[in-house]
Amino acid sequence: MHTHASLPSKIFDAINFTVLGLVGLAAFLPFVYVVVTSFSAQNVVWPTEFTLDTYKYIFSTATFVRSIGVSVYITLLGTVLSLLATSLMAYSLSFKYLPGRSGILLMVLFTMLFNGGLIPTYFVVKQLGMINSLWSLMVPGLISAFYLIVMRDFFASVPHELIESAKIDGAHDIGILLRIVLPLSLPALAAFGLFYAVGIWNQYFSAIMYINTPEKWPVQVILRQIVVLASGGLGDSGGSSGENVAYYGQGVKMAVIVVSTIPILLVYPFLQKHFAKGALLGSVKG
Amino acid sequence: MKTKVKSGRGFVSLWKYRWLYVFMLPGVAYFIIFKYVPLWGLLMAFKNYQPHLGLMKSSWVGFQHFARFFGMPEFWMLFRNTLLLGLYSLVIFFPITIILALLLNELRSELYKRFLQTLIYVPHFLSWVVIAGISYMLLTTEGGVINDIITGITGGPAIEFLTSTEWFRPLIILQMIWKDAGWGTIIFLAALAGVNLQLYEAARMDGANRLQQLWHVTLPSIRSVIVILFILRLGSFLDLGFEQVFLMLNAINREVGEIFDTYVYRVGLQQGQFSYSTAVGLFKSAVGFILVIIANKLAKMFGEEGIY
Repeated sequence: MHTHASLPSKIFDAINFTVLGLVGLAAFLPFVYVVVTSFSAQNVVWPTEFTLDTYKYIFSTATFVRSIGVSVYITLLGTVLSLLATSLMAYSLSFKYLPGRSGILLMVLFTMLFNGGLIPTYFVVKQLGMINSLWSLMVPGLISAFYLIVMRDFFASVPHELIESAKIDGAHDIGILLRIVLPLSLPALAAFGLFYAVGIWNQYFSAIMYINTPEKWPVQVILRQIVVLASGGLGDSGGSSGENVAYYGQGVKMAVIVVSTIPILLVYPFLQKHFAKGALLGSVKG
Repeated sequence: MKTKVKSGRGFVSLWKYRWLYVFMLPGVAYFIIFKYVPLWGLLMAFKNYQPHLGLMKSSWVGFQHFARFFGMPEFWMLFRNTLLLGLYSLVIFFPITIILALLLNELRSELYKRFLQTLIYVPHFLSWVVIAGISYMLLTTEGGVINDIITGITGGPAIEFLTSTEWFRPLIILQMIWKDAGWGTIIFLAALAGVNLQLYEAARMDGANRLQQLWHVTLPSIRSVIVILFILRLGSFLDLGFEQVFLMLNAINREVGEIFDTYVYRVGLQQGQFSYSTAVGLFKSAVGFILVIIANKLAKMFGEEGIY
């Protein structure tokens, strides 16, 4: 693209290379610091002693282990439910000749512009008896209108002849969706599966709004208790024991951050090429 | 093929496509229950909602809650805080995303570019709790590494980043940039990948240097994407990261940090003033809705497609 580079051009490249390198470093350095500190029991600027005590400690507390369990459960189940509901609806909406389709589409689009807001939504969840139930962390955000519309576009780009010929061969709509449309839309499923999963794993506010028994708190709430509020430690006997977070200090807090972030960092590399595509489609069509 | 499309009418076609409708049922039920029923709940804003009476039997009070809200000193505080944060994200965060994309685009090594992209996308996937947590750990005056460095160099007192009014907004914007500026480059990079290479060729023939190429070829080529995204941001001006602000709020920075959304939560769910806070929420949604409409009109004035 840029052949026969001149000297100013080379200088530009060098500066650009360095500046972006620093940006990358700045984006990544906080992680390095968090991870390194998590292996240290002391409060120092740069930890010197390596220890696994922090991790041993947090995994020895029922509070933390249980919250991870809750988060894993709602993330797995919630993602499956969200993908299922979204792809079923997107599949139907991808048929341009379906009577009533544009009306339903309009109904979905309107929700992106205007909604009832916090209090009325809270009352609906309450009326449904979902307060203090883990369903409140999965169902109120079941479908993202935005992902639905992008997924519909994905499905609509599956060659129509394929679907028609399958129908002539006597295939059922479920068969067509499962055997033709979904396999051809794997990048979209991977991307939106990841987005849904990250959304559910990361949700904090719905938990403090809808869940009021600490036993059902997902890991984000516990994280906030320990790291930001620096209160209500992991001690299982309600803080009366001497073994609390303050004793371990920064290291324990950092370890909690690391463990609660690891699931995301684990799936990230596998899905990276898909999500870039999915996000792109999303933003272009949005 | 075409004859297939006009496939009967009314009940005949409803029956023919029955499975497609069945597929849509969970989704449609979801949107009705969780998006449209709450609209009905907005009536609460015009009533004096009393839980033991229920929504329908509570008495009407008209615009009383709105009048009360507009008359409060808090109103201007919330208005100013929400507006300023929105404005900062528009004039600081947004251009940084574009500049970052432009710089990435100028990199010659595809491998290095990929590597950097991987690094700068990651924070997008962290929760706001984690980001607030990391901010607290780094900035606290009790053993935070940044304050340790500051006191180490200057020998002076530590800076109260977390419990001061003047650091609240810069911190929020910095967090936004760290979390999402990298992620935001995706769309611009895609637009940049579509720029016709012959345009650069022609510019070089005319003697344009790298900066001139950037200014006269690259930027104009992604103008429409910039306009669209700018307008989208304008439309969601009032929708600041609620969780983000909520997590950074404390008793000391509340006067600069409280925004409409956090206020609704505090007065509504925590203090139980349901009708009043619903009115506040409705006001915010209505202003947001009007902003989207105006933004879209603007987009069309610019000769762009608009968002709907």
